[in-house]
Amino acid sequence: MSMLANPTFVFYQFMNSISLGMNMFIIAAGLSLILGVLRVINFAHGAFFMFGAYVCLSVVTYLNEAAGSFWLGVVAAAVVLAAMALVVERGFLHYLYEREHLTQLLFTFAVVLIIGDLAKMIWGVDMYNVPYPYGLDGAVDFGFALYPIYPLVLSGIGVAVAVGMWLALSKTRWGRIIRAATQDREMLAALGMNVPMVYTGVFVIGSALAGIGGALAAPRVAVSPGMDATIIIECFIIVIIGGLGSLWGSFLGALAFGFVTMFGTVIFPDWELVLAYVMMLGILLWRPWGLFGQPEEDSH
Amino acid sequence: MQAIPKRLLLGSALVLLLLALVPTLGSKYLVDLSTEIMIYVLFALSLNVLVGYSGNITFGHAAYFAIGGYTCAILLTTYGWPLIISFPAAVLLAGCAAAFVGYFCIKLTDIYFAMLTLAFGMLIWAIAFKWRPVTGGDDGFVGVDVPAFIGDRFSFFYFTLVVVGLSVALLWLICHSAFGRTLVAVRENRMRAGFVGVNTMRLRHAAFIVAGTFAGIAGALFGMYNHGVYVESAFWTESGQVLIMALLGGLYSFFGPALGAAVLYTLQVGINQYTEYWPIVLGVILLAILMFLPDGLIGLAQKIRTQFIRKA
Repeated sequence: MSMLANPTFVFYQFMNSISLGMNMFIIAAGLSLILGVLRVINFAHGAFFMFGAYVCLSVVTYLNEAAGSFWLGVVAAAVVLAAMALVVERGFLHYLYEREHLTQLLFTFAVVLIIGDLAKMIWGVDMYNVPYPYGLDGAVDFGFALYPIYPLVLSGIGVAVAVGMWLALSKTRWGRIIRAATQDREMLAALGMNVPMVYTGVFVIGSALAGIGGALAAPRVAVSPGMDATIIIECFIIVIIGGLGSLWGSFLGALAFGFVTMFGTVIFPDWELVLAYVMMLGILLWRPWGLFGQPEEDSH
Repeated sequence: MQAIPKRLLLGSALVLLLLALVPTLGSKYLVDLSTEIMIYVLFALSLNVLVGYSGNITFGHAAYFAIGGYTCAILLTTYGWPLIISFPAAVLLAGCAAAFVGYFCIKLTDIYFAMLTLAFGMLIWAIAFKWRPVTGGDDGFVGVDVPAFIGDRFSFFYFTLVVVGLSVALLWLICHSAFGRTLVAVRENRMRAGFVGVNTMRLRHAAFIVAGTFAGIAGALFGMYNHGVYVESAFWTESGQVLIMALLGGLYSFFGPALGAAVLYTLQVGINQYTEYWPIVLGVILLAILMFLPDGLIGLAQKIRTQFIRKA
């Protein structure tokens, strides 16, 4: 607690909260997009995140941590995950949309089990660290404190992804089609739109975001098995807080998650995890459909 | 309330008798395996009240199993309470936790409901994980003081047989009462059920509580059987595993999940002897069920039987 009287420390935690939040946003935005359009709770999103981190690790290691290898790793993660998502959606999920929610949900759980073990077979069970990317391993002098560059860049990428997604969703034709798919898929099909293609596209883009998020997280965290199971729950918290399918909701939810986690660690050491859940419950009591979500229509 | 079919009575008497004879075979391994299977059968059947009968997908059911396990273990060991108080108290607490969580969850439906149960389940996991002085944190709560009269594996087997037998009988009665029938009506068409005067929210809340309570019984048994309770038992992947058990057997029949639990658990124990990659096997099994066996093993058996009858 007394550490909160130290302005340098508070500054650190403030910046850490933002970079954690922005990293989480990149991942959660993909999940939220898939939830909003496909109405599928995609447990595999966490596994895709983990796979992205591992792919980045492999590229960086293979290139001996050369300049630019990290960014190549990020691109590779996006490409590999997009390809995996394409196989998962076209090969299986595609045939399950007409079935009940439980089927789709358990299908994504099956993907989690399979991908988790595949990652173990490929990369083993050791913990790995990815160094800060070449040229971004220094610190910025704020006058009263030094702060590492990489988390700053990460925060910038998060904001750029948010603005980019917002522009794409609100200003482009494809964005309008995707938004229409969240509102009324039958009407969209009746208008002659190839709805299955929209689904495939959204699933691929969302999963690529998980891969990018995982690659970008690699220098921040220990890359190890099991990182998929925790991240997915944290993403759900963010998406529930923000409201399903809402971009800015996820943005706000991710920031809130970052702050609660980083300052929770200081104020209630060890209980920061519980704090995030309590925040989510508080919001749900007030607005069950999340901050920016639409009230649920009673189906049936 | 419908009358209990004679065939069912005969069948269950036969199963009970066969189970009661298991220890006479003298195999410790078989006794342990049967004890574990019985506990998982109860766990899967409890889940089915919520998922199969009332059609609410929960991904946080392991939490009540863990609450039952932890409470019973802590009351027995830390507080030294007798079993006759600890066990019912554990079940009661699991039921109360389900009542509390259910109060919030039933306001939502479908995927919102599933996500909320998941989040609450993980909240309970996080508490068990972080409340180290009471639960032992990630080391688990080890060294449970199991009363001497059920201290060895044979007496514990019979204890489990009695508790699970009574619980399953009670669950059967609940599911085949007016309450159970109304649950099915709500599952099939919530709005119509509401129109004929059913308070659908209260009914779903009741199903939530029943499911949580019986999961608590299974959890309390499991904690005593293992002489320890571990935080992994509350993790969301455990909730996923028990859902797969129910699905494998068949969600829309009473005994389907029991069959699914027995088959899947036996498979897990068998496969774990050969490889550490049980999850990938489970994933492939799950894929196969989803793609080819939507109604589970019971559904498959019925399909085969109708074909057989048609030919005959």
